[in-house]
Amino acid sequence: AGLVAARPALASGDDLKPNSWDEITSYNNYYEFGTGKSDPAANAHRLTTSPWSIRIDGMVDRPGDYALPDILAKMDIEDRIYRFRCVEAWSMVIPWQGFELADLLDLAGVQDGARYVAFETVLRPKEMPGVRYPVLDWPYREGLRIDEALHPLAIMATGIYGKPMPNQNGAPIRLVVPWKYGFKSIKSVVRITLTDKEPFASWNKYNPREYGFYSNVNPNVDHPRWSQATERRIGGGLFSARQSTLMFNGYEDEVAVLYEGMDLAKDF
Amino acid sequence: MSGEVVLRDMLNRAARRLPTWVIYVLGALPGPWAFYQGLTGGLGVEPISALEHALGLYALQFLIAGLAISPLRRFAGINLIRFRRALGLLAFYYVTLHLLVWLLLDVQVLARVWADIIKRPYISIGMVAFLLLLPLALTSNSLSIRKLGPRWRSLHRAVYVAVLLASVHFVMVRKGLQLEPLIYLGLVGVLLLLRLAPRRRVRVA
Repeated sequence: AGLVAARPALASGDDLKPNSWDEITSYNNYYEFGTGKSDPAANAHRLTTSPWSIRIDGMVDRPGDYALPDILAKMDIEDRIYRFRCVEAWSMVIPWQGFELADLLDLAGVQDGARYVAFETVLRPKEMPGVRYPVLDWPYREGLRIDEALHPLAIMATGIYGKPMPNQNGAPIRLVVPWKYGFKSIKSVVRITLTDKEPFASWNKYNPREYGFYSNVNPNVDHPRWSQATERRIGGGLFSARQSTLMFNGYEDEVAVLYEGMDLAKDF
Repeated sequence: MSGEVVLRDMLNRAARRLPTWVIYVLGALPGPWAFYQGLTGGLGVEPISALEHALGLYALQFLIAGLAISPLRRFAGINLIRFRRALGLLAFYYVTLHLLVWLLLDVQVLARVWADIIKRPYISIGMVAFLLLLPLALTSNSLSIRKLGPRWRSLHRAVYVAVLLASVHFVMVRKGLQLEPLIYLGLVGVLLLLRLAPRRRVRVA
């Protein structure tokens, strides 16, 4: 576990003590492997992650299937210690390895008219017992506005604690957008589409009243079924105290500029 | 005699011999056991939610078990009515523990507890179910049964509403449309509907 470089993450904070490997890899939401928190750790070993490629298409200059090793050969993998805030009001700190999403989009060459980026998770019913149930409209899909996608905090992560990404955490490659609720950080990405329309986002489509397209971490806008003002950091045991949730999950200085002039209670 | 009847009679004989305290003791043990597991890592890295959910589920399971007693007797001839009070009180015990864990370990702040009860429908529904069960638990003793007479039966029909609310609360607490709470809701629906089945006239010899 001593593989995290001392390089500071882009965002600072005195609460950035990473959760343990065990915590990060045993408590997951990955509904394709079951809706229980321990289901992904129990079932995700069935997912084959090699070979892997990402289809990048839509409004790009160089559409195509990009093999993962070819992508990685061109990228600088760096450490990013980020807060991770689930919409369910729990949180962790995770020492990711990855590269900026902007660099991946550069590979494909984003065209001028592109305004959004759509992402898709792999869908393999034979390897994913959870997709037998229509909990969501599979495959899992998410989206970002182009300026969000190009923000340097948004990364494609390929590892945790210096080890390859565990399957339950979204192997072999996943998005991490630290200022948004965790479900925006789509796992096991197989497709990225540049588009001029707001893309389909699974939870938003399932219940737009509860899950906004933006889903920025915001302690002032409650989920209809629970408060988002506080969160429980995983690892504190049975008597763990709640802590205050930070605006944009503590990345306000870096990302607030993206949302200037927007009503965040309306565009939540 | 058919195998079915033999089995039924065996069950009924065994049930007559089983002291009710056994049900109380065995039924109550999963509560402290879950708490111990939460303390020692057996409930995973987020033991508060896990404990809260486990206790809530036990409550619903005991409510459903209690609801199954009279259809079992009526449609299968299995008489477990001696254990119904124990099942009901165990359900109330788990509802109370579930509520306490939510209050003290999960939400923690009293002002927020009140805000949640008012603002969040699934919590309001859960609270109503608890309040409906409270007078039933208080009047579950033999003295109350004698004193209330026929009114006792009417009062205790409130459990039908409480268990329905409890299973709706379970469906609503989950993210997305999940199978498990829908199975519980369906089971409760069936057990309640069985009570509407027309009764055959009792033939007096």
